[in-house]
Amino acid sequence: MTEALTTDPSAGAGLRRPGEPAGRAAPRRDGRRLLRFWLRRPGLVLALLVLAAVLLAAFWPGLFTDRDPLRGAPAEILRPPGARHWFGTDELGRDLYARVVHGAALSLKATVLAVAVAFLMGSGLGLVAGFAGGWVETVLMRLVDVLLAVPGLFLSLAVVTALGRGTVQVALAVGVAGVAGFARVMRAEVLRVRHTAYVEAARLSGARWYAVLGRHVLPNALGPVLVLATLDLGTAVLAVSSLSFLGFGAPPPAPEWGALIAGGRDYLADAWWVSTLTGLTVAVLVLAVHRVSRALDGEGTGRR
Amino acid sequence: MRRYLLWRLAQAAGVLWAAYTLAFLLLDLLPGDPVAAMAGAGLNSTQVTPERLAELRAEYGFDRPLPVRYAASLGDALRGDFGTSVATGRPVADTLADALPPTLQLTAVALPLAVLGGGALALAATFTRHRKLRNLLLSLPSVGISLPAFWVGLMLIQVLSFRVPLFPAFGNDTAAGLVLPAVTLAVPAAVLVAQVLSRSLLEVLDEPYVGTARAKGAGRARVWFRHALRNASLPALTVVGVLAGQLTANAVVVENVFSRNGLGRITTDAVTVQDIPVVQGVVVFGALVFVLINLLVDLAYPLLDRRIVTSVRRSPA
Repeated sequence: MTEALTTDPSAGAGLRRPGEPAGRAAPRRDGRRLLRFWLRRPGLVLALLVLAAVLLAAFWPGLFTDRDPLRGAPAEILRPPGARHWFGTDELGRDLYARVVHGAALSLKATVLAVAVAFLMGSGLGLVAGFAGGWVETVLMRLVDVLLAVPGLFLSLAVVTALGRGTVQVALAVGVAGVAGFARVMRAEVLRVRHTAYVEAARLSGARWYAVLGRHVLPNALGPVLVLATLDLGTAVLAVSSLSFLGFGAPPPAPEWGALIAGGRDYLADAWWVSTLTGLTVAVLVLAVHRVSRALDGEGTGRR
Repeated sequence: MRRYLLWRLAQAAGVLWAAYTLAFLLLDLLPGDPVAAMAGAGLNSTQVTPERLAELRAEYGFDRPLPVRYAASLGDALRGDFGTSVATGRPVADTLADALPPTLQLTAVALPLAVLGGGALALAATFTRHRKLRNLLLSLPSVGISLPAFWVGLMLIQVLSFRVPLFPAFGNDTAAGLVLPAVTLAVPAAVLVAQVLSRSLLEVLDEPYVGTARAKGAGRARVWFRHALRNASLPALTVVGVLAGQLTANAVVVENVFSRNGLGRITTDAVTVQDIPVVQGVVVFGALVFVLINLLVDLAYPLLDRRIVTSVRRSPA
């Protein structure tokens, strides 16, 4: 693993390097190399730290703040950021930092659910299409083409119209918009793996189709799909916060990030921090996710 | 060529039909009673009697079985009738037609901004010999793609209309009011252009003919603009379809940020009150834009690169 990881530090993350060896059996003792790998990528380390912090905030917000995200103090309305309130306070005197921290749970839940929906539905479709072939493949991939033809946001809005507003509804809506991408990548990978020698060999030696699928095709086709899933995580954070910004997320007191940013737009002139700092949090998270997914894509395995 | 054209037209019509069906099924099959929602939204009251509900059902044809309704609505749609808005009672086609000009205006300004901005970024990134600068420029798109579009808009408002009052923050009245929304809308699109163009530029610059041009003594500027850019911009053309879809969708959000009239207001209003016919119209419109742009791109390809006519004219995918 480390060998593939350390070969190429800077050039073209995200570009495919097909000729690179898979280098799996690198010895564990090579700790110094691993250390150098991390030291050369301060951005990646930072990105992982950001992700860890957001995950912690989502599950244990108490670790970061002990303030109540919903209770306001009338005496402290629209205070600028300072030692007492790191992110300042909003129009009801609620601590913005506490709201952002507690909002992580809502926004992250929606994001993960969205990616899970897209991943399961999309790769399911792609797997069946690629493995079955024939008219099944034609029908399924035409369906995917149609999903691709409608802009993702419009698909999401249609789902929200049908399901109503709320965090889970938004998550499903964003998930549906992501299905097509997963289906395409999964199908391409299955097609690639299906014609390899070891799959032919498994077939010839009499393995049942589900064994071939589960033991040989799926594990070898999954890598790029998982990379797409991490990339989609960033896209989903943005899409979820967009829908929440438009007002289709959880109803008002809930501190969803998009809603927090929307809440600050009326105070842009005299309380810059409300929208700015919340939006910055979203941007930093998405940047971190993209950095990690780029690392997984280009540097993690030599396969892509 | 005529057979190719007919084939592509049929394909486009097929995608549109499928998108219409998808929107219809999505909005019809998912849980939630559209009639109850309509009644609640339209009459603005919490109490709707069961009799009134049944009446509304009959009025909008929801008492008929699904296939009948689908066939009827598809027939209407083919004649250009996309139903009437539940909230306003106006035909959906008129509602969309009224909302379109401001949105079209916005995207028409944003598109050249995006192409020029993204193109300039890609050119600068590949042209510079300064390694650090190049890495910085090449990493800008990945930063740009991480910023929520609506947040970029709010930041622009904050700085360029409240701090330094250069542009109005809201409304569609003046030409100056178009600047900030257009820039906001252009950012994500420029990112896409920059990514694709810089990748294909880097590829093209490795080609032997570029080496030949340089060996013949052509200057760097000449190599970049006369030789490399021409061939590198062909792959960039393929993303124009994606770009159009992205611009249309982002316009909805950006218009909301800047409180502009247009497709965005219509759409968010319709989603809020569950105005199903309008939402369906918007979805189909989105597909129409995508299909039309891709059709144009496909037809423009052979004009730009004559080899394509003979080689991939009938690729089915």
